[in-house]
Amino acid sequence: MAAAFTVRGPFTSMRRLVRPGPVTRNPKCRGSELPVCQPATCTVTRSSSLVSSRHRYRPCCPRVQAAARPVVVVVPRGLPAALPQPRRCFRTSYAAGGPVLQFKLSDIGEGIMEVTVKEWYVKEGDKVSQFDSICEVQSDKASVTITSRYDGVIRKLYYDVDTIALVGSPLVDIETDPGHEVAPEKDVVETPAVSLDEHTHQEIKGLKTQATPAVRRLAMENNIKLSEVLGTGRDGRILKEDILNFLSKQTGAILPHQEIRPPPPPLTPAPAALSKPREKGLPSAPQPVAPKPVFTGKDHTEPLKGFHKAMVRTMTAALKIPHFGYCDEVDVTQLARLRADLKDVAKARGVKLSFMPFFIKAASLGLLHFPILNASVDEGCQNITYKAAHNIGLAMDTSQGLLVPNVKNVQVLSVFDIAVELNRLQALGASGQLGTADLTGGTFTLSNIGSIGGTYAKPVILPPEVAIGALGKVQILPRFNSKDEVVKAHIMNVSWSADHRIVDGATMSRFSNLWRSYLENPAAMVLDLK
Amino acid sequence: MLRRGALVRAVSCPSSHASTLSSLFRDRGESGVILKSSSTDVYENLAVEDRIHELVDLRGGGILFLWRSASAVVIGRHQNPWQECDLRLMARLGVPLARRRSGGGAVFHDLGNVNATFFTSRGKYDRRRNLAVLTGALKTLSPRLDVRATERFDVVLGGAHKVSGSAAKLGRSGAYHHCTLLCSADRAALASVLKSGVRGLRSNATPSVPSPVRNLTDEDPALDCDAVTEAVAAQYNAEFGFSGPVLPVDPGDEAFLPGVRQAAAELRAWDWVYGRTPRFSVRTSFGASGGSVTVDVVVRSGVVESCAADAPPGWLPPRVAEGFCSALVGSRFRPAEMKTAHVMIGNRIPLHSWLENLVCGIMPDFINLNLTRALI
Repeated sequence: MAAAFTVRGPFTSMRRLVRPGPVTRNPKCRGSELPVCQPATCTVTRSSSLVSSRHRYRPCCPRVQAAARPVVVVVPRGLPAALPQPRRCFRTSYAAGGPVLQFKLSDIGEGIMEVTVKEWYVKEGDKVSQFDSICEVQSDKASVTITSRYDGVIRKLYYDVDTIALVGSPLVDIETDPGHEVAPEKDVVETPAVSLDEHTHQEIKGLKTQATPAVRRLAMENNIKLSEVLGTGRDGRILKEDILNFLSKQTGAILPHQEIRPPPPPLTPAPAALSKPREKGLPSAPQPVAPKPVFTGKDHTEPLKGFHKAMVRTMTAALKIPHFGYCDEVDVTQLARLRADLKDVAKARGVKLSFMPFFIKAASLGLLHFPILNASVDEGCQNITYKAAHNIGLAMDTSQGLLVPNVKNVQVLSVFDIAVELNRLQALGASGQLGTADLTGGTFTLSNIGSIGGTYAKPVILPPEVAIGALGKVQILPRFNSKDEVVKAHIMNVSWSADHRIVDGATMSRFSNLWRSYLENPAAMVLDLK
Repeated sequence: MLRRGALVRAVSCPSSHASTLSSLFRDRGESGVILKSSSTDVYENLAVEDRIHELVDLRGGGILFLWRSASAVVIGRHQNPWQECDLRLMARLGVPLARRRSGGGAVFHDLGNVNATFFTSRGKYDRRRNLAVLTGALKTLSPRLDVRATERFDVVLGGAHKVSGSAAKLGRSGAYHHCTLLCSADRAALASVLKSGVRGLRSNATPSVPSPVRNLTDEDPALDCDAVTEAVAAQYNAEFGFSGPVLPVDPGDEAFLPGVRQAAAELRAWDWVYGRTPRFSVRTSFGASGGSVTVDVVVRSGVVESCAADAPPGWLPPRVAEGFCSALVGSRFRPAEMKTAHVMIGNRIPLHSWLENLVCGIMPDFINLNLTRALI
């Protein structure tokens, strides 16, 4: 019936279309605002790009259709109905066979990995010059105009309007003229592996970034482009803190990029490969015809970066320390009761109170009696430093991976102060904003792996510390009380690890007993509370 | 690289500054240039932003542009004005609508709101640092003020109320980031105007994220527009290590900013403000004798691309419906042109209330016609 078709492409600017056949002026067109098709110019209006013979529809017998409800759809007029078959017209200017270059979406800063394409200024077949605007993309409240890097003709648009484009992925294909020199890549493009050269000579539009060799090495090890890091030193110099801050913010952005991969094409396995080879001499029993499961998985290799890399380094160093383990169980029934009482008081003060502040404070009280557990040895194990401050670290599982921020000077903090500090660190950890100050300077670590699950563990010491404790989950188990009755008890397991070059089993055991006594009888903790 | 002690001309009155902003920036950019607009016309001020972005090579320094505008609604680059604000109310109140070139959501400006635009080169684009200038300035004026920047690059007061929103535009070599600051704005007007006036609208345009807002003067009366403007300028100098004074700029000064008048005219044009809207459709239904009437209009670039009307035949003859739809198609989605379509039909067919209802249903901000309300 009605043939309605569209010429694809954005309507944001008037483009000339080559149109065959006579063009007559449509009397219905309003001449005042929209240009009309003229035989000579063939300028296309936005509305007239839809062609239909439907506009000539005159209901021959409207009364016949009275029974059903007619739905009148009118598409704009403006072109005569007599047009040869629908054809996609675009300007076909042939650039004489130059190389087709992929123009990738360049980095727009702030660690942003994907943008939404909002508007195209060009379409396939258009001629562009260097610095002409190609499209408009948007990322959270920033609108970015992408300009062409080359002269040439647009051959392919990779994204439609309102689709998400990834930084570093191709945006358009531009066919340049042969012999045309490709403009040097001045924009910084986000690619997964960065070569050493790029780190030693980072140039952003001719300006060298300032950073000492140590900082550059740190950036290279963590695969960070110096041009993305904002320097806060003198003259915009990039300092080590800037790299660490960038790292703590950036990893969450880098990793998803790696995980977005197109699904692997389905593999059709050869039946011979999967079926077991038949042994000789076996009678050929009729094989049941069952559909073989098709395995379409593919191995996936990627370089380790960011936090994974840091963890590799730390753990390699850590396991050079001779560990010994010591495990025990703690009856926290009374502590649970105390916490239940105090929870509302703390909430009234705006603080969430868990068991951890009690564990941390008890550990600090224990460390006062056993300062060797709060010590540090140097690289060659020649000197031991007894640290004055109890900076107790908490292993935290965040979206960026395992982080260990620490609570500073626990020896002078009350349980409530520790809870406040914990809340603060947890909020920062959840939003990925833990800074270097929070992440460095720890002297002792507690890992509450029990919040996720588990009973006993074998924690790994975080150098340069000498001891670590892993707390299992609190289970309700039957135990005998002093009257030989079976009662319900809240039991939690703790697993300590210590550096056996410095600490012996007896010290660890006594520390653990002291710590345990504080928690099993919180009233005793009050006596020694500092 | 900042060279302290580089030549800094003492600029005390407007007539003695350099002939164009580019040359001014070349001479003094390293010590920072702060401009303050002498106009409160929103289009002129947005035009100044555009021209600075286009004309000035911002390597080696930065520009801060401070301005205020009389009541206006400013929507983001890819937004839908029909979705974002109540156009009928705005027409009644005389509040103009502007579309800026940066992204983001819809905001309401008035003389109680200060705008600060930070211009930098693309390499130095850093929104957090700009927001630190704002929060630092506010804390200098009122040390106990609980303001902080959020993840979404807003500034919130007391953790709950938004006092500043921002948007950014990145170009080839330069970038700008502009922020509002609600000092003493008319919150009632803001709330009533930033509501959609059209129901049944479907589009992929950038939506706004509504937030509860508060004025700074509600918290501390000393934080009025003038004090805040001065504090932001001072903090800008402190943060970036600049030392430039605040220079007044007249958006009509074509010599200082070539092309600024043309830019303002482009921003005022219907084709930019409304015509730039991404494709959307409006569907309205209302009851009529014999059933219900549904009208589906698809608008592209502000022009009606197609129109479908589904009505009981007894209520609306199909021929009339077709004529009505075809008259609408190709016209812009604005009252004047809808009126033309309406009148054209009226010339040929007696005007009935159902026709008026159709038009009202599609175009609720149709205030120029004396039409009866739709039977919704």
